[in-house]
Amino acid sequence: MSATLLFWSLSLAQVLLALAMAAAVYRMIKGPRAQDRVLSLDSLYVNAMLMLVVFGIRSGTTHYFEAALIIGVLGFTSSVALAKFLMRGEVIE
Amino acid sequence: MWAAVLVASCVVLGAFFTFIGCLGLVRLKTFYHRVHAPTLGTSFGTLMILLGSVTYFSVTQSRPAVHEALIFVFVSVTTPVTLMLLARAAIYRDRAEKNDNVPSPDGDTEKIVK
Amino acid sequence: MSRVFPHPLLALSLLAIWLLLQQSLSLGQILLGTLVTVLASLAMAALQPARSNVRRAHKFLVLLVLVTLDILRSNVAVTWIILRGRARKETAGFLIVPLKLTDAHGLSLLAFIVTATPGSAWVEYNASRSTVLIHVLDLVDEKAWIDTLKRRYETLLLEIFE
Repeated sequence: MSATLLFWSLSLAQVLLALAMAAAVYRMIKGPRAQDRVLSLDSLYVNAMLMLVVFGIRSGTTHYFEAALIIGVLGFTSSVALAKFLMRGEVIE
Repeated sequence: MWAAVLVASCVVLGAFFTFIGCLGLVRLKTFYHRVHAPTLGTSFGTLMILLGSVTYFSVTQSRPAVHEALIFVFVSVTTPVTLMLLARAAIYRDRAEKNDNVPSPDGDTEKIVK
Repeated sequence: MSRVFPHPLLALSLLAIWLLLQQSLSLGQILLGTLVTVLASLAMAALQPARSNVRRAHKFLVLLVLVTLDILRSNVAVTWIILRGRARKETAGFLIVPLKLTDAHGLSLLAFIVTATPGSAWVEYNASRSTVLIHVLDLVDEKAWIDTLKRRYETLLLEIFE
C-alpha cells in the first residue's frame, strides 16, 4: 500500500517538475530579453536539482544527493557570472 | 505507512509550488514581474521536497539523514543573491536603453508606464 | 588563539558542513575537517573582510521566525496571483523606501530577506540618499508596505547591528 502511494506520488512530483522545466525552457527560448533567459536558466538549474532529489528518494540511494549539490553550486556560479556579464559586459574585471 | 503519507504529501506539495513558480515565469508579463516567481520554487518547494527526502531516508535507513539541510541552506541563500544581481543588471540595461518602464536613478517612480 | 582561528563562527560552520558532506563523525574526519577549516579561515582573514559588530545575537532567532512566517504567507499569496493570471488587475510597481540602516551587513541581510520573500524584490540601494528601490508584485497600499518593512525588519536589524 505505502509502496504504491510512494510510487504514484513520486511520479506525480516528477511530472510536475518536468512541466516546470518545460515552462522554464519555454521562457528561455522566447526571451524577450537576455535577463529573462538567465532567470529561466537559473530556475531550470533549481528544478533539475530537485528532480535529482526526487530520483534519489525513488531509487532509495543517497548517491543522487552529491549530483544535486553539484548542480546547485554550478547553477549559482553560472547565473552570477551571467548576471555580472549582463551588467558590465565582462565577468572578471 | 504514516511516513509514506508524509513523504508523498511533502514531495507533491513541494513539486506543486515549484511548478507554480515556473508557471509564473511563463504567465507574468514583464521581467520585473517574473523575477518574483523563482523564489516560490526555491523557498517552499525546495523545503518541502527536502523534508520528504529527510523523512524517507531517516525511516528507511533508521538513522537521521540530515545532509539535505545543506542543499536547502545553499539554495535558499544563493537564489536571492542571483535574483538581486539580475534585477540590478536588468534595471541598468533598461536605463542604458532609456526605456520608460523603470524609475530614474534619482528615485522618480511617478512616471512609470505600467 | 585568534591567529589560528580568526573567524571562529565561520570555522565552526565550515566544520559542520564538512561533517555533513562526509556523513560521518569519526575522529579522522573531524581532524581532517578541522585542518581544512583552519586553512579556509586563514584564507578568509587574508582577504580582510569588514568585521560586523553583532550586538544582540539572540534577536536573530526572532528574525528567523518572522522571515519564515512571512515567506510562507507570501508563497501562498504569489501562488494565487500567478494562478489568477491576466484576469487580475495590474498592481505591481516600484517602491522607494528610505532607510535608517547603514551597516553593510545589516543591509545585505535586509536585501536577502526582501528578495527571498516571493512578491518583493530588492533592486537597488542608493548609498548617497540611503534609499532602496524595491519592486513589489502586489502593490496596493504603498504606505502599508513601507510601514511593515521599516517596523518589522529595519528596527530589528538596527537593534542587532547598530
